Amino acid sequence: MAEPLVPVRTYTMVFVALLALAALTTGLAYVDLGPFNTVAALAIAAAKMLLVALFFMHVWYKPGLTRIVILAAFFWLSLLVSMTLIDVFTRNWTPQPTGWLPGS
Amino acid sequence: MSDIAPASGALVGASDLPSTAADLHHQFEEIEQQRDAGNMGMWVFLATEVLFFGGLFTTYTVYRSLYFAGFEVGSHLLERPFGAAMTFILLGSSFTMALSIHAIRMGRRKLLCALLLLTIILGAIFLGIKFTEYAEKWHEHLVPGLNFHPTVDQLRGAPGDAVDLFLCFYFFMTGLHALHMIVGIGLLSVMAIRAWNRSLSQANYQQLEVSGLYWHFVDIIWIFLFPLLYLIGGPR
Repeated sequence: MAEPLVPVRTYTMVFVALLALAALTTGLAYVDLGPFNTVAALAIAAAKMLLVALFFMHVWYKPGLTRIVILAAFFWLSLLVSMTLIDVFTRNWTPQPTGWLPGS
Repeated sequence: MSDIAPASGALVGASDLPSTAADLHHQFEEIEQQRDAGNMGMWVFLATEVLFFGGLFTTYTVYRSLYFAGFEVGSHLLERPFGAAMTFILLGSSFTMALSIHAIRMGRRKLLCALLLLTIILGAIFLGIKFTEYAEKWHEHLVPGLNFHPTVDQLRGAPGDAVDLFLCFYFFMTGLHALHMIVGIGLLSVMAIRAWNRSLSQANYQQLEVSGLYWHFVDIIWIFLFPLLYLIGGPR
């Protein structure tokens, strides 16, 4: 199946949006939002990733098979991240066993 | 999506690129099938790259949570204007890369070559700023392992080991990213030469598309590296 030709206007609009988001995230870094500095920075990064992937990388126009590969990549990434964090952040929740001492 | 013209292989219009499907490999029935297969292969490779960089991002998350103060101080040692400039330049290179797909499908060979050259130049400027930054870190004695002698001013009360760890992440993640940029510039150079000598055709733009996917992926990695390394320390 031949792919549609994405018009230059779409690319230009996406590029302008990307520049605006990059300016926004840089500007926000100079404002104290507490923990929301991190949340905002990562949310904007995710939005930029979506714009690049959907329009510059043509995922929007791709068949389902490509999307399955991308979803699989993120599924495995989420396993990698979640399993590692579950390990690290739940260490020492229970007291260390001291062993069985005779007579105590 | 009425503004997108359907295209079957070659588009009408003045073309100075070959529009025949001469480079169809024998295991494929038609050029579209060959292109879909090539694209698919690239996406599978990019999936492995997601996990490759994912390991670094995960480790960064773990150590940032364990040594929070050191990572904030470390982040403040980086120059935000450099990081922002590199972000804009890389986004620009992704834009010219995306336009080059449009150019090859319209059969405009010279425009295609110009766009690829511009993409390569923007990538090279990115690397230039990156290495300027590395040199600056060397002069500030902030290179872990080789030349790490932070002053009390630079540490601002944070443990030196934690700042050292942050800078290890900085050099390793940006270094790996820079390595990918160099590979990408190599790929695009080959594409520019092949476009110039008419080895790429209007119907078979798969090689260019696949190289573009790689380039955009490297851009996406930077989109996450920029806030994680330069920005999320908050105001200084």
